[in-house]
Amino acid sequence: MNENNCGRYGPYGGRYSGETLMHALQELEDAYRKAQKDPAFGEEYARFLREYAGRPSLLYHAERMSRDLGTTVYLKREDLNHTGAHKINNVLGQALLAMRMGKKRLIAETGAGQHGVATATAAAYFGLECDVFMGKEDMIRQSLNVYRMELLGATVHEVTDGTATLKDATSEALREWSRRVDDTFYVIGSVVGPHPYPEIVRDFQRVIGDEIRVEMLEKHDRLPSALLACVGGGSNAMGTFYPFIGDPSVRLMAAEAGGEGVESGRHAATVAAGTTGVFHGMKSLFLQDDEGQITPVYSISAGMDYPGIGPEHAYLHDTGRAEYFSITDDEAVDAFEYLSRMEGIIPAIESSHAVALLTKMKSEFTPDDIVVVTISGRGDKDVEAIGRYRGKIR
Amino acid sequence: MHQDNKIDITFRNLRAAGKKVFIPFITAGDPDIEATYLIAKEMIRNGADLIEFGVPYSDPSMDGPVIMRADKRALESGTRIQNIFDLVEKLSTEHPETPFLLLLYYNSVFVYGLEKFFEAAEKAGICGLIIPDLPLEERSEAQPTADAHGIYLISMVTPTSGERAEQICKTARGFLYCVTSLGVTGARKSYEISFTEYFDKLNAFSSIPKCAGFGISDPEQKRRIEKFCDGTIVGSAIVRRIEECIAADMSHADIAKQIGIQVSGFTGGKAL
Repeated sequence: MNENNCGRYGPYGGRYSGETLMHALQELEDAYRKAQKDPAFGEEYARFLREYAGRPSLLYHAERMSRDLGTTVYLKREDLNHTGAHKINNVLGQALLAMRMGKKRLIAETGAGQHGVATATAAAYFGLECDVFMGKEDMIRQSLNVYRMELLGATVHEVTDGTATLKDATSEALREWSRRVDDTFYVIGSVVGPHPYPEIVRDFQRVIGDEIRVEMLEKHDRLPSALLACVGGGSNAMGTFYPFIGDPSVRLMAAEAGGEGVESGRHAATVAAGTTGVFHGMKSLFLQDDEGQITPVYSISAGMDYPGIGPEHAYLHDTGRAEYFSITDDEAVDAFEYLSRMEGIIPAIESSHAVALLTKMKSEFTPDDIVVVTISGRGDKDVEAIGRYRGKIR
Repeated sequence: MHQDNKIDITFRNLRAAGKKVFIPFITAGDPDIEATYLIAKEMIRNGADLIEFGVPYSDPSMDGPVIMRADKRALESGTRIQNIFDLVEKLSTEHPETPFLLLLYYNSVFVYGLEKFFEAAEKAGICGLIIPDLPLEERSEAQPTADAHGIYLISMVTPTSGERAEQICKTARGFLYCVTSLGVTGARKSYEISFTEYFDKLNAFSSIPKCAGFGISDPEQKRRIEKFCDGTIVGSAIVRRIEECIAADMSHADIAKQIGIQVSGFTGGKAL
């Protein structure tokens, strides 16, 4: 138990956890290292992705959008996965680990509800107990997903502390884990938290980028010019970017939640306005005041309404390898409608931020460029809220 | 060179006298910093041997509901870290023998700036910091600065520490904060561990003084647990009493008096 440099991305990452959970985190890391070396684990995971999640997901050539934007656009269709988002990739991996570790119960935090639904789904499949923590605000915003989780047999716990959103749900899940650590596996939904979570979640999401690479090389015999993804904690972006980090010709572009605009103060644009801190077990960038108090954040998207970002993203930003842009609520809603009408694909409001980033940056690309936008999830869950936002419902 | 840390002196003296150490915890600034000053004075007058102040945090992910609410009240009253340094400076001038500790999340130290924080803490007379989210593995970034200013980083050990316990015991300074139950801070009716087994194991690793904390809510529980160790830490039970006093609309002086009475129940020391 000497100096532990694992889980560091430059100065970020680490394992800033309470002593009660340190043993469990080490146990998780040990189990993960063992699984990584075991071909049977990899095969089992691949089989679940194929036969249960429905992978590989389509890499769809969006021709109308390409003509409209003057470049070649592909959409990585994570919205077509079972449960409707990329979250299932990570959850199946972690649930398989939980089974190997003999855990009886899964717990999870959720913002938009997609990670909670994916966790409830895996728990139903494997016959595990499941408790999901969700902010009261998000339970209102995403009531359909609350019922989906309950339908799948999970118990959804309302969190009313703080801003009653994703960060508070995450704190409550951490508290619950320390209350009952022996038989419980905490399924973290993004590339955040104490080591080894950011690494584990990234590894289970890299299938997105790996598939993009294989298909691009098959179809075009070249790598894409740019990859675009939305980032809250940053799991679909990390999964999309990771296999391309060593390919400098591929631009990595992330869209964070600009809410009502970074200058308004009502946003969740961590990279644009955050500073280095330590929260939820990791050193990374956070929206906080000069004494480290976490400041309330806001986004129309419950899934991106988080005051921090995964430590590896903070590092990719520092090194300049990936670029981070703020997209406002209005821009995201426009993109939500744009993709619906242009391609007949209704994206999640989270993913709409990535679509908006492309429409905003179209002048940087030519018809010879190939850009891939990860559509991290489908928009059914958001239809009602966007309808209200536009004054079309009620 | 720094003088002996007051924490060591206190434990040495009490051990020599065959007495147990009692450490009350309150959140600094709950309901405001003036009240905290009066409450601390009453706690010392009624036999508190060390005082632990919680630095309020916006998102206390390792605390239970009682301390979460106290942190919220303290932040709403405008408590800033400088106010807490000023408070401790005043108290340590008036009570030079009492060691004062801060319990805080690492972000409060890190964002303030390590050097700046420890310098101000030393000037205020703070003897030790308990930083629950700075485990042994992450200590190296703060330890040299803490050492340079003669401030102890107090280690926590828990029933789930397993094989980590040995290293924690061997590197601990001042005293070892022995968490006696799982979960977050807060009162509990019962414990699931064998104290004999737990403390025997820890004693075998190190003779450093050991104090039990987490979930000790009444004097009877305290007396039962302290047989196995050198002292006890009581937090949520006191903070809950402060909350009741606030709800009853008591003056700061009356709140302090009530907490003094509660503390004397734990210490068997003087009341009123």
